Amino acid sequence: MEFVNTRGPESGEPDLRVKIGSLELANPVMTASGTFGYASEFEELMNLQKLGAVIVKGISLEPRPGNPPPRIVETACGMLNAIGLQNVGVDRFITEKMPYLHGLNVPVIVNILGGSIEEYREITKRLEGVPGVAGIEVNISCPNVKEGGVAFGGDPKMAAAVTTAVKEVCSVPVIVKLSPNVTDIKEMAYAVQEGGADSISLINTLIGMAIDLKKKRPELANVIGGLSGPAIKPVALRMVFDASQVVSIPLIGIGGIESAEDALEFMLAGASAVQVGTANFVNPRASEDVVDGIREYVLEEKLDSVREMIGGLRLDWIR
Amino acid sequence: MPQYQEKTIVTRVEHLSDENVRLTLKAPQIASACKPGQFVMIRAALGKDPLLRRPFSIHQADSSGHIQVYFKIVGRGTDLLAHLKVGEEVSVLGPLGKAFTIDKDRPVCLVGGGLGIAPMLYLAKEISRSKTGSTNGDLVILGGRTKGEVEPVMADFDEIGIRTLATTDDGSYGTKGFVTELLKSSDLPANTQVYACGPEPMMGAVSLWCEEQKLACQVSVESVMACGMGACLGCSRPVGDGKYVHVCLDGPVFDARELKWNS
Repeated sequence: MEFVNTRGPESGEPDLRVKIGSLELANPVMTASGTFGYASEFEELMNLQKLGAVIVKGISLEPRPGNPPPRIVETACGMLNAIGLQNVGVDRFITEKMPYLHGLNVPVIVNILGGSIEEYREITKRLEGVPGVAGIEVNISCPNVKEGGVAFGGDPKMAAAVTTAVKEVCSVPVIVKLSPNVTDIKEMAYAVQEGGADSISLINTLIGMAIDLKKKRPELANVIGGLSGPAIKPVALRMVFDASQVVSIPLIGIGGIESAEDALEFMLAGASAVQVGTANFVNPRASEDVVDGIREYVLEEKLDSVREMIGGLRLDWIR
Repeated sequence: MPQYQEKTIVTRVEHLSDENVRLTLKAPQIASACKPGQFVMIRAALGKDPLLRRPFSIHQADSSGHIQVYFKIVGRGTDLLAHLKVGEEVSVLGPLGKAFTIDKDRPVCLVGGGLGIAPMLYLAKEISRSKTGSTNGDLVILGGRTKGEVEPVMADFDEIGIRTLATTDDGSYGTKGFVTELLKSSDLPANTQVYACGPEPMMGAVSLWCEEQKLACQVSVESVMACGMGACLGCSRPVGDGKYVHVCLDGPVFDARELKWNS
């Protein structure tokens, strides 16, 4: 860490700053891709300026219409989705969405997805130099599309290759978002670090399905979907902890975070920052509430900085 | 467009039939901003299960800061809402979506089937309020499977002063049959604006008939959705050529010709 001051810029304010590679965030709370639209959707309901960073809906080279409905179904303490990466495509994103996002004066991290290494590289090239783009999150983990995405997320060599390809054409920090649908998360985390990633975010959704017993058919038109929400938090915590044992780059925890307590648990497990996802659907103010809650915690616990929480999990009581 | 996440207070719970419930909520911010056809997302529980809010069309809204929703108990979320007590607090998000377009100079025909009756009361009241001239040519048609789905709300429609007809599938109230039969037998003026909300086959039939008769038709459709505000993209609806619209942002009110109906 290279912070000069242990306290934040304003006297009496707790220091919530964290770093993701060269990217300095005012606080560790971001919005998870695919759960926050392009941010403007939330402007009436929360103070967007309070976010550590905004991560926008995954962007592909060409616009994607997404999957047929039904695309979502609620499950116990969670939801399954098969949206299918519907998005406006990188060119329209740059012209139609980015000016607004840039105006927010909050770091914007663009989540990207492709069907080939060349596509990932091409999207990154087009985003390079676009005002306001503070980072790239490489999605190699969406379970809802047939080609690309998840294919890279399941193979350490491919994941590292995509990472390297993006890094080569990119001057902002590169975060690689991992899939939990792998045998060994440590292997994947290590591979993308070796590929040159500045940071790793984990986890994306778990592949699941739900069945309508009356109709004897799957609830989702896509049959399978991605499980998110509080139901997946224990899995996500474990994977963040596992990854933290094998890599030295900052981790970003995702999975069922809806309160400051959830976020701080992820930080103890080794995350430098967190992303709030499904909770945005239930409480549009969720990410702001998490920031407020972390601030209160740091004040109450009289911490010098929220960074003290990162990897602070005590294992010494285990014999 | 103003939107609020409001802590509302339950002021009335009416069990209109075994399955149908009407909930009145003190929601000053939402009530002051909403329009007929818009909807709200209501959080049924504070815990993690059920997790998501549930969408409901606005059944009534008034200047004293109250809104009403009218729903059927279909699952755990609606069951929890049906068992709320007066004075309890419920988080409501809204108003959301596009409202009905009202042309105060045209005759109207409102068609509500089953729970599709819900948004029609608010719409009928607003039309009645906005019209300076006669409402003699206007018509409301309400339909349900049985008496319990229609009869309890008839008095509210009768109060408005627009001619209201009822029909039930089993003939237990009003005429026996579907709303579409009543619609087809009503001699509507050529420039009538039809509004419809109800089960998909009903709206498909109304939409098709209106197209044949060259009548303008606005429909309110429902969909499963997680957020109600365009972030989850869960409420997609096909419009042909592999394209989708989203019920929460592009609707829930659509010009019937914009949508693709399964015949």
